[in-house]
This record gives sequence, C-alpha cells and structure tokens, in this order.
Amino acid sequence: MSLDPKEIEAIYRREAGRVLATLIRLLDDFELAEEARQEAFATALERWPATGVPENPRAWLVDVGRNKAIDQLRRRQVFKSKVLRLEKAAAEAAQEPTAHPDEAFGDDRLRLIFTCCHPALNPAVQVALTLRAVCGLSTQAVARAFLVGEEAMAQRLVRAQQKIREAGIPYEIPEPPLLDERLQSVLAVIYSVFTEGYAVTSGESLISAELCLEAIRLARLVDALLPDRPDVQGLLALMLLHDARRQARLTEQGDIVLLEQQDAALWDQGQIAEGLKLVEQSLTAPGRVSAYAVQAAIAALHARAPAEGATDWPQIAALYEVLLRLQPTPVVELNRAVALSMVDGPEKALQLVDSLAARGGFKDYHLLHVVRADLLRRLGRQQEARAAYRAALEAARTEPEKRFLEQRMAEL
Amino acid sequence: MQYMLLVYMRELDAGRQDQEDLGPVYQEFMAYTEGLKRRGQFIASHGLKPSSTATTVKVRDGKTLTTDGPFSGDREQLGGYFLVEAGDLDEAIGLAESMPGARFGAVEIRPVRV
Repeated sequence: MSLDPKEIEAIYRREAGRVLATLIRLLDDFELAEEARQEAFATALERWPATGVPENPRAWLVDVGRNKAIDQLRRRQVFKSKVLRLEKAAAEAAQEPTAHPDEAFGDDRLRLIFTCCHPALNPAVQVALTLRAVCGLSTQAVARAFLVGEEAMAQRLVRAQQKIREAGIPYEIPEPPLLDERLQSVLAVIYSVFTEGYAVTSGESLISAELCLEAIRLARLVDALLPDRPDVQGLLALMLLHDARRQARLTEQGDIVLLEQQDAALWDQGQIAEGLKLVEQSLTAPGRVSAYAVQAAIAALHARAPAEGATDWPQIAALYEVLLRLQPTPVVELNRAVALSMVDGPEKALQLVDSLAARGGFKDYHLLHVVRADLLRRLGRQQEARAAYRAALEAARTEPEKRFLEQRMAEL
Repeated sequence: MQYMLLVYMRELDAGRQDQEDLGPVYQEFMAYTEGLKRRGQFIASHGLKPSSTATTVKVRDGKTLTTDGPFSGDREQLGGYFLVEAGDLDEAIGLAESMPGARFGAVEIRPVRV
C-alpha cells in the first residue's frame, strides 16, 4: 500500500498540538510529552506506509506516545508510581475504545495554551513556546520567525520547559476570577504571532502568511473552546479583516500597495463578511468594550469603503478616540492623528505629531517619520518632507519599506 | 534575637554541574548545619532552585503584574520572607499577591529544593 507523505504531513499539522496537549496531561511532564510526541510521529512514518492510516490517527498517536513514554520512564528507573499509574490507565483505555472523546482533546489543548502563555514566562518565550508546542511548528521555523539561530531557540525552549516544571506552572485552565486576566495574556500572544506575520520586522519579505494563518487558527480554537467572549471575537475579527487584504497589500514584485490604492477585487470577501459579523457580535455584547473589537471596527470601515465609494474618516477618527482611552499608547495617538488629518486637514495633525515626537519615548520612530513626511508633503512643504522621508528611510527595517520610501521621495 | 543569614553564590549551569566539584562544598554545608544544630542555634534552612525558575509578583492599582525572573529594584531591599506550601505556581502567585508587601514592593517567588 502506498501512502502520500503529504497525508502524514497534513495529519501532523492537524494533530501535533492536540497529541502533545493530551500527552502532557497524561504524563504530567512537558519534556517527556514532547519526546513522546516525536517518537509517536516517527513510528507513524515507519508503520503507516505499510498498514495505512489508522481509523483514529489521533488516538493511535496518543497511545503510541504514551507507550513510548512508559518505555522511557522504565529505562530511567525513576518515577515508579508514575509508571504504575500510566500502565493502569493504558489497560483501562485498551478495554474502552472510546477513551479519547473530542471534548477531552479540546480541553487539553486549551490547558496547553494557558500553560504556554503563563505570565511567569517571558513574553517572547510565550510566543515561541506556543508556536512550537500548540501550533506544532518546527524549532527551525520558530527560530526563523524570531530571527535567531536554531540552537539558540532550542535552548530558549528547553529553558522554558524547565521553568514550567521546576517552578510548578500548572497545566490547567484557570478558574473564573483568574481566567479573564490569563486570557488577556493568551490573546496578546496570539496577536503577537499575527503582527509578526503581518509586518515582518526585517528582511526581504514583508508578510509571512504562515504566521498570520497560525494566529487565526489559534484564535478560532480559543473561540471554539471559550465561546461568546467579546475580546476573543474582537481579536479574531481584527485578524480576519487585516488578513483578508493580504493578496492586495503587495505587488507581484513585493512592493507595498497603500490601502487606498489596493485592488478591492483581490480582497477575500468571505473572510471580510466573517470578520464583520464577529465585530458586530463583539461590540454589542454587554460589558467593557474590547480594544481588539475597536481596532476591528476601524478595519471594518476600511474594508467597506470601496463598496460605499468613500472612507468614513470621521467615524474612524472617533473610533481612535475610543481606542486611545482603552490603550493610551503613542502608536494609537499617531494613528488618530492620521485619521484626523483626513477630517480636518494636515495642519492640525502635524501639530499633534510634532508634540508626540517632542514628548519622546516613541519606539517605532520610522512610523512617526513616515506620517510626518506624508503630512508635510500634503502641506506642500517639500524640503521638510524630503528630510522626514530620509529619516524614515534610515529607520526602515525591511526592503519593501525602503523601496516604498525611496519612491515616495522621488515623487516629491 | 533571631537572624536570617542569606547565602549569595554564583549560580552553576545545571547542565554542567560537576558532582566532584560540588561534593566537598556540600559536605561543608552539612557539617555547618550539624554544628548549628549541636549548639542549639539552628532554626531552618533551605536551598533554592536557580533564579531562572523565579517569578516576581507586584500589585499596582489592584492589578497583579506577574513577570519572569528574579526581582530587580534600586530602592527596595529584602525585608523578610514567608515559607509557604502551595499546590502549584498559580496558588503561590495568589498568596504573593495578597501579601501587603506586593502593593508597594514586590514579592519574588522561588521554588525551594526538596
């Protein structure tokens, strides 16, 4: 019997996170579970070409993984009680073919997400660990996303797993009073995965579709397991609406296309429709408005602009006002200035941007220079605009950004 | 009077920990503890897991800020300690955030070697 390697790869993509999550619960040991998962998939690669894919590959992988872990523990000759407990559970599972119901897998994955996004882990490590453990990305792929060497990333991941074990970070879905707070940490990780994919911080290409899709997949998973939460819906909507424009954001040569110049026919209308529905649900839910939902509402107005013949800038400026109250950050202030420039003209917006620059503490200076340059250009102040573009160019980190700024400068 | 003697040492990389190197020092610590016990001066002593397993908890405006790693501050100094029993790190964080010191200082959580 021949088996397409692509099929095993597809199963790996789909099941790696679930299998690991369940193994961690069964084994109560992150590192041992990770090893067991590797061995289970290696065994599948060996056996499935001859036997075919089992009816329930997930249950098969969990069983094989657990048996591999039992072997491993036996070899180590420690944790004797753990072996007995696992053997007993394995014997029970063997008598009961439906021992792996789907909802148990769902809970396991959610537990794993909360463990990986625990605030006692460094935020960057939370993101890396989530990509590795929950999404099943290879260490090499995670290293690439963080622009570090594979060995350095492997070390970082091992250290995180050690901290989980040594400090006793629980493998649990937090109880309600803590759940909301910890969910914010989970959503922040998912959004970091997305933003890194949406605007890669350096190199040749600007977008990493893979990371964007992983983030959307994670948000869908959390939304399915913790339904009707406005902040989860808001984040999912925000990412769907931004990602819907992916095809239109760059030319075939990889050059940046500004929002107003994008070909709306390239936008993914299905994804936009789904995003719009989620924004609506999120914003009409009782309780505090989610900052993600406000950002999604802004993205929704941009997405609807072509159909309505114009962008609703007064509404967008008003939404940035709301967002600024929820998230008083310089980046939000800068975006609000851009929106206001489309309502009241560039003069007043320039004052806002200059006072923002004078206050200091702005991390992404190139964004500030880009906005300043554009406002000065619109005011006809060519000399100053050129200087601002030059400053933006110096701070730009990706090749497409640099090409875009050079072109704008040439057009002055 | 009771005094707390805080031991500061260079941390060894767990992977390269050389039993032969540590053996004599470990023996010395044992002998030191025995001496204290014999003289009736011993109250309690524990080794801590490395600082890479540390978690720091602060409470500001009623919100808990949990961060990875040991506490680092300019003005705050070690002012006391509680040795507590907790099921996992979340329970320990819960105990840390309800401690008054968490509101104006910070509480560093270090797992104890057992």
